[in-house]
Amino acid sequence: MLTCRELFEFLADYADGELEPAERERFEEHMAVCPHCVEYLDTYRKTIELAAASRQPQDSIPDDVPEDLIRAILASRGPKAGPD
Amino acid sequence: MQPIDEVVLIERLRAGDDAAYEAVVRQHVGAMLAVARRILGQDADAEDAVQEAFVQSFRKIDSFRGQSRLKTWLHRITVNVALMMLRSNRACPAVSIEEYLPQWLDDGHRASANLGWCDPGLVSVEKEETRAIVREMIDSLPDDYREVVVLRDVQQLDTKETAIVLGVGVAVVKTRLHRARAALRGLISTRFGGFAGC
Ligand SMILES: [Zn+2]
Repeated sequence: MLTCRELFEFLADYADGELEPAERERFEEHMAVCPHCVEYLDTYRKTIELAAASRQPQDSIPDDVPEDLIRAILASRGPKAGPD
Repeated sequence: MQPIDEVVLIERLRAGDDAAYEAVVRQHVGAMLAVARRILGQDADAEDAVQEAFVQSFRKIDSFRGQSRLKTWLHRITVNVALMMLRSNRACPAVSIEEYLPQWLDDGHRASANLGWCDPGLVSVEKEETRAIVREMIDSLPDDYREVVVLRDVQQLDTKETAIVLGVGVAVVKTRLHRARAALRGLISTRFGGFAGC
């Protein structure tokens, strides 16, 4: 049986659905008898959800790049580095 | 091999041709802004990153060897600038993540009970206040951990994309991500938690 510490190392892959079936079985065998790890997994998953939800609203693909930005880029073009 | 018109364009860029510069900006700015937004989120910061990336690209245009496409080269510069900005706009010193990871006994059991999250309502993704606190907590992680959480869990890149952006292996991304999530979980517990049954 995995210890709580060993199980901890598998958490990310378990939460991301990336454990091999045999590893997943060992993971779930421990979870069936350990309320501490069940609770930890629960709050670990909630943490991932909270991180995703912390993303600020934004447009995904900018089809229309602000013309102001383009003008600022054209204006801010500095001198080219000389040959070195 | 680069398409012939890209070779011509780069020659004109090196010669300081304004029209060529504008053509390159207009062609690539959208993709560069999308990449910067994935890393930095906020629009104003992302726009600053793109502007700085163009300044650097132009300054270094003579070192562009043409082994890669212009698009790839500009992408790499944008990612580097955005990561630098992510690192520099830290509001307060990073926490030490060890403090927020579980502590273990020699036999592999926990050294102390988990802090539970007693009031799930308090830790709700629906509340803007909670989301703002979580953003601050992510910002308080050390750079290596913060980057990986921002790319993987906030901006939702997959593990492989994250590894490419950060220039590290997939295994490194996974290890850092796990520790970063565990530390973030610990930070949230400290703020919102209490012992089970409280
Ligand atoms: Zn356990």
